[in-house]
Amino acid sequence: MEKNTALAASTMTPKPQPTGLRLFLKRLVQQRMLVLMSVPFVVWLFIFKYVPVWGWTIAFQDYQPALPFKDQKWVGFHHFDALFSEDRFLIALRNTLAMSGINLVLGFVTAITLALLLNEVRKVAFKRVVQTVSYLPHFISWVVAAGIIQTTLAPDGIINELLKWFGAIDKGQEYLFLGKAEWFWGIFGASSVWKDVGWNTIVYLAAITSIDPAQYEAAEMDGAGRLRRMWYITLPGIRPVIIVLLIMNIGYLLESGFEPQYLLGNGMNVDYSENIDIFVLKYGLQQFNFPLATAAGMFKTVVSFVLLFSANHLAKRMGQDRLF
Amino acid sequence: MANSASAPKPRRLSRRDSSLGDKIFDICNYVLLTCLMIVTLYPFLNTLAVSLNAASDSIKGGIHLLPRDFSLENYKYVFRENTIFTATTISVLRTVIGTIVTVFASAMVAYTISRPEYVLRKFITIAFIITMYINGGLIPNYLLIRDLGLINNFWVYILPGIIGVFNLIIIRSFIEQLPESVIESARIDGAGDFRTFFNIVFPLCLPVLATVALFTAVYQWNSWFDVFLYNSSNVELSTLQYELQKILQNSNTTSSAESAFANSANGSAIKVSPLSIRATMTIVAAVPMIIIYPFLQKYFVKGMTVGGVKG
Repeated sequence: MEKNTALAASTMTPKPQPTGLRLFLKRLVQQRMLVLMSVPFVVWLFIFKYVPVWGWTIAFQDYQPALPFKDQKWVGFHHFDALFSEDRFLIALRNTLAMSGINLVLGFVTAITLALLLNEVRKVAFKRVVQTVSYLPHFISWVVAAGIIQTTLAPDGIINELLKWFGAIDKGQEYLFLGKAEWFWGIFGASSVWKDVGWNTIVYLAAITSIDPAQYEAAEMDGAGRLRRMWYITLPGIRPVIIVLLIMNIGYLLESGFEPQYLLGNGMNVDYSENIDIFVLKYGLQQFNFPLATAAGMFKTVVSFVLLFSANHLAKRMGQDRLF
Repeated sequence: MANSASAPKPRRLSRRDSSLGDKIFDICNYVLLTCLMIVTLYPFLNTLAVSLNAASDSIKGGIHLLPRDFSLENYKYVFRENTIFTATTISVLRTVIGTIVTVFASAMVAYTISRPEYVLRKFITIAFIITMYINGGLIPNYLLIRDLGLINNFWVYILPGIIGVFNLIIIRSFIEQLPESVIESARIDGAGDFRTFFNIVFPLCLPVLATVALFTAVYQWNSWFDVFLYNSSNVELSTLQYELQKILQNSNTTSSAESAFANSANGSAIKVSPLSIRATMTIVAAVPMIIIYPFLQKYFVKGMTVGGVKG
């Protein structure tokens, strides 16, 4: 990398200058203060972010923790074969995709709707209160959120009480919500919305401010009511932002999160709550099957990399440079 | 930013604004948003009420917004345990130290990669950005931390996360927007790069650094997974969030009927129950964030829109 920079520098400077490498070193000495301020953190970056990538080699070895690297036995793609014929992994993959899909759709629809509704509020004080309240759950940890959700969904929690009050269930028939495996995705989706819907409106509200007010006036002249103005002006006005965020989020399709599933998951709903991250944790650090867990983690990173890269590329082509 | 969004359009004074359709729309909107606020706040208030209610009474259920049998016994019990004191200390320490280190280091590196003449500028920027796309994953990271001797070590909370790429990029953008003349004039006065950074650029960056500091502080306060992964065998290094997580994990496996029974078996003088302890710990772990957040809301929102999409 440094050589490349040096090369670039040398091709840019005219001939009579000292050679590329010497010029580079000379400037490096001149800029020693900048070097001193940044290079320790490059070393840090190398150790904490690049060295673990080297750990991927474990996925191709019959890894024995006690042996040094050169004595490890190489087994090629054996662990990947094992991974894809492992039922638990396929279930985890399905759960990951399902939950991030649910999160994506539900998250977008609710946040956009809330932003549109907030935008129509004319009492500034009321709007501020709604915003402050709805951002609040974003700042608590998932641990706290899980505690609150468990309390809410408990047999004597408010949801069961409301169901009883409406006559949907009788006393003694209370649901054990987190014990119903097939309900887990829904609970996960609702919890995520509860936690982040307010926070996710910020970007849309910022985008709405840039819509030209003249458009609203013109629509009003033409007799468009509030709903029509929302539908025909505000929504198209924030469409570019929606599209870019949608593309970006598709890049995170394998990142369905770890904390909510781990904290709300239990033995009864494991078939629907266990995603790839939990699979890695269980197989790696609880059963000490390092190679299989590393292979699963590597699969996730590589697919995410491809998705993210294409997503970024696509977003750039759409004329929005959200990420470099 | 979002607060200024409250006046996106100039006030419209046409007749139609007071039409019947508009009134109905307004009423529905206010009702919907009020419902949203109730749904958001109720679980918090309910948890608070349970934590302030006598444990023996809470078991009967039916606590909603107000405690029925007010008592501070749950809090007394929770804080009588030494572990909670240690955990609070560690939580505060990691939040304070982690935030200071992150803010200072991120600002410093951001300054160096904002200098157009710096020969390593491009190399460093790319080296950081690549890590946004590729990470080793759980197992290799765990093995690294183990090999570095950071298991059962306080610094495992600070070291792995010193600089976040996102923070680095938003600080760099901020520095690049500063007038070059400010930096030039410092140079003319003979200041080296570190002095220019520390005396000139750092103070000018305080608005964006406030945002970075807040996000870092929230992240540090709310973290529990690194405690679970690396330091779970050393109670001295536990944090509030992890203590709460342990309580949740326990109550996950025992149903509330069982726990009620376990308590009534202790005789009539029950002071605490898993339900009450869970609620109390939840409040203890959440309260610092809930208290400071409304005052600092604008900085958080600013941070979202600085790095976010330009509309």
